[in-house]
Amino acid sequence: MEVIQDTRPLIALLAPFVGVVGIVWAGEKRANLRETITLLTGIFQASVVLSMIPLVLADNVIEFHVWQIFTNVPLLLRVDGFGITFAAVASVLWIATSLYSIGYMRGLHEHAQTRFYTFFAISMSATMGVAFSANLLTIYFFYEMLSVSTFPLVTHMQNKEARTGGRTYLSYLLFTSLCLLLPALSWCYVWLDGGAVTMDFLADTGKISFFSSHTQLVLLLLFTFGFAKAGLMPVHSWLPNAMVAPTPVSALLHAVAVVKVGVFCVIRVYSDVFGIDLLRGLDGERIMIWIACATILISSLIALSQDNLKRRLAFSTIGQLGYVVLGATLATKQGMGGAVLHIAMHACGKITLFFCAGAIFVASGKKYVSQLRGLGRKMPFTMGAFLIGSLSVIGLPPLGGFISKWYLALGALDGGYFWVVVVLLVSSMLNVFYLLPVAVTAFFRDRDEEEDEDGKGMKEAPWQCVIPLTCTALGCFGLFFFSDVLLQLAGLGH
Amino acid sequence: MSENSIALIFACPLFGAVLCTFLGGAKRALCHPVAVVSLGGALWGGIETLRRVVASESHEISYLLGGWTLDSYPRGVGIEFRADLLGTLIMLVVIGVAFLVALYSKLTVSEETPEKEGPFYTLFLLQVTGLAGICLTGDAFNLYVLIEVAALTGYGLIAMGSARAAAATFNYVILGTIGASFYLLGVGYLYMKTGTLNMVGIQEVIVQQDLADSATMQVAFVFIGLGILIKMAFFPFHAWLPNAYSHAPTSTSCLLAPLVTKVMIYVMIRMTLTVFGVDFSFEETLWTKLLPWLVVVAIVCAATMALAQRDLKKMLTYLIVAEVGYMVGGVWIYNYYGLVGSIFHVISDACMTLCLFLGAGIILRKVGTSHFDGLKGLFRRMPLTMTGFFVGGFSIIGLPPTCGFFSKWYLITGGMLAERWEYVVALLFSTMVMVVLFFRLIERIHLAVKESGEEFGHGHGDLDLPENETRFDEAPLSMLIPLLLSAAVVLLIGIYNQDVVNLVESFLEPLNLPKGTDR
Repeated sequence: MEVIQDTRPLIALLAPFVGVVGIVWAGEKRANLRETITLLTGIFQASVVLSMIPLVLADNVIEFHVWQIFTNVPLLLRVDGFGITFAAVASVLWIATSLYSIGYMRGLHEHAQTRFYTFFAISMSATMGVAFSANLLTIYFFYEMLSVSTFPLVTHMQNKEARTGGRTYLSYLLFTSLCLLLPALSWCYVWLDGGAVTMDFLADTGKISFFSSHTQLVLLLLFTFGFAKAGLMPVHSWLPNAMVAPTPVSALLHAVAVVKVGVFCVIRVYSDVFGIDLLRGLDGERIMIWIACATILISSLIALSQDNLKRRLAFSTIGQLGYVVLGATLATKQGMGGAVLHIAMHACGKITLFFCAGAIFVASGKKYVSQLRGLGRKMPFTMGAFLIGSLSVIGLPPLGGFISKWYLALGALDGGYFWVVVVLLVSSMLNVFYLLPVAVTAFFRDRDEEEDEDGKGMKEAPWQCVIPLTCTALGCFGLFFFSDVLLQLAGLGH
Repeated sequence: MSENSIALIFACPLFGAVLCTFLGGAKRALCHPVAVVSLGGALWGGIETLRRVVASESHEISYLLGGWTLDSYPRGVGIEFRADLLGTLIMLVVIGVAFLVALYSKLTVSEETPEKEGPFYTLFLLQVTGLAGICLTGDAFNLYVLIEVAALTGYGLIAMGSARAAAATFNYVILGTIGASFYLLGVGYLYMKTGTLNMVGIQEVIVQQDLADSATMQVAFVFIGLGILIKMAFFPFHAWLPNAYSHAPTSTSCLLAPLVTKVMIYVMIRMTLTVFGVDFSFEETLWTKLLPWLVVVAIVCAATMALAQRDLKKMLTYLIVAEVGYMVGGVWIYNYYGLVGSIFHVISDACMTLCLFLGAGIILRKVGTSHFDGLKGLFRRMPLTMTGFFVGGFSIIGLPPTCGFFSKWYLITGGMLAERWEYVVALLFSTMVMVVLFFRLIERIHLAVKESGEEFGHGHGDLDLPENETRFDEAPLSMLIPLLLSAAVVLLIGIYNQDVVNLVESFLEPLNLPKGTDR
């Protein structure tokens, strides 16, 4: 493996900030210019990220040293396979979301759109930072930056509901990160070799074996729950509450960026701080598998009972995040790779579902599953995409979701946990039960004309909404057929 | 000029004060420029001194005012200024904060205390002289005198405020005098036992005559310690602080709130490390065992009381009391990293408290009240001011990369290494409270939520605010620039924390404090 010094990670990180300057400068009065700047920033960021993929595929890592946080701990950016997978997914989907936002925000005549685009860009910068972090302290910096910069987005509506949601959101995220994560970090940095260890993801993997196994387990718990963005039960309630945000925010941040930052951090801790070898030997690590499986099953059951479409999707997300954490806790190479793949596969599927939920809301103002009867004929593209997204999340071939679930199951068998495969199967069944009825209701149940007077003149959502969701739905197919690159980046290639 | 840079630090504000007294009548408009210029001179002297201290081999410069000699044993009586890394750093913070407040004060002084510019700036500059003197003096009795200079001018500055300021000042005078008396008595005992007042001289005699077992020394330590704790408003001796600082004029509270308590923490560190010495202070007294628990009580109570406030300025004053607990704890957990954290927190807390008080002053001037109800939707009106204010708030919470994160990091580290878990838990508890406090503010400032009769669902915000309250209406530049500068300083100290910490470490390194990492 070769280390290449390059500024491209930093450019990907700072591009949104340059975009912010333009967005604020253009402002509310030049809305078209503002949205163009957002789109261009997204395209630029994505192309910078994608341009690094060939280097990483050729078994290199790209590094950039930004600044010395402490005497021996640098703020170091490093691009490796896991990081670039996540960064590429997030930045490409940002372009789709930017286009979608135009349709959504204008369609609903939202207020304070400049603020919305500004903080959206800052959040994307923080997401890139997490993806490219090379040590624990760096990842913590960007993690906190993301918590704070998404607060104005969650409370965008500025009503009581938004206030409650915002409070839950921040208290969960900041309380866990400051109370669990910060002590765990200090603990590692202070005691390992008298504070001489940087907790680098490459060089210091497994150094944590310095501690007794009890301490290791406590640290593992502190880290797993400290990264509450991963939505592991019982620190998951912030996510359904964050659904008060406008749908583009729910789509990108609460299905792709923010929650995936959480699980990505968890994967980093499991695979690069503890390391697979250490985890396998750790007594009690099995507890984490149980917690992940419980999260998967319980959240799926809750999702069944949700009538509000976005809330149903939120609980579905919690379950799918559980898959990723599960993959990490299995402590096998296949499991880790499957977890990273699932970040990408689920992102593409779930963002489609959220886009559809938002498009339905823009076109018809409907938020509940029970109101969707007959909508399939009015909005064929949207509901078609919804069906594809659902099938991908359920994990059927030839859609992307199948591949990651396959590797997760392989990882479980590899680790000797046959029952985990059963859990995966049961959960997929539950996915079918809570996702498919939405599309079925929309396509096959007739609309109650008398009850639904205002729905007569309804038509498809604005094109800025329909194009992105069609693209992401097609992306679910694409990820299945062109999964070689991702497999290789996730360390599963041959 | 350069070798007299220490004298410049005191001479500039002192002569400025004299000038302001004379200008106070007919030409009071000149008082503000005089104050700014004299503090600018002092700032130059301060930076020059720091440069010289860092460059010198022993990291220490002794400056004998009036040519007194100190060669005898025990050292004679004299006016020695001793600039080492610790004192110089804190002195620079004092002058820097005072300079920014002086810039900021132009409008508030003429609006809040009309026609009193002369007395105000005289007291202001004398206050700075006193505080800077405390940081650099090498003599325990001179320290008392300078504490009183700072205290007396402080009483005057606070009493100029609103109608309730007089009562608050009276309260402060009584407690402040009790504290100073305790300190003076303690110094008396020290002189009785050692025959010198010079700080280094006292330490020399303690070591050479092995006075550690002496009951007199114990009494002197308790008296001095108690006096300082009262002066720094350590809970439960904090009763004077909240009223005094919240009823004082805006510029006064901006000057005193960041500095006075922090300088007293410095005095405590100086007394324990330099005068009594590490061995005596930490090993021979009960304070190491006792104080961390008192600190826990202090932090928890002060944070809880801050939570109960509905007035911005009042809330900030309780935050100061909680932060005093952080720093006292950092000293008495008796750990190298705890002390690094404590000293770094003195510096960073001064900057972030300044940032918050400058912001609160602008809000008070614009809205007319500092009550929480007045904050609604302010972000729309004053985005830049509020951004500066938020930076201060993030630093108090301890979010990276503000300086508050780094000081908290060192304090938590120290607490863990010293295995004072009660202190770590108290710090984390207080952090939680700060999160609640500031995001409650941010929520009000950022959102404007209708309190009643509002439909859920698709709201568009700003519904209940009249047009003139959402218009862009930023603070005047003379107030905005100091605020943004202080916010920038908060970020810069965070980003360049290593440079500051290296200076602190080269001060602490020779003292052989336990690090706790060798297990």
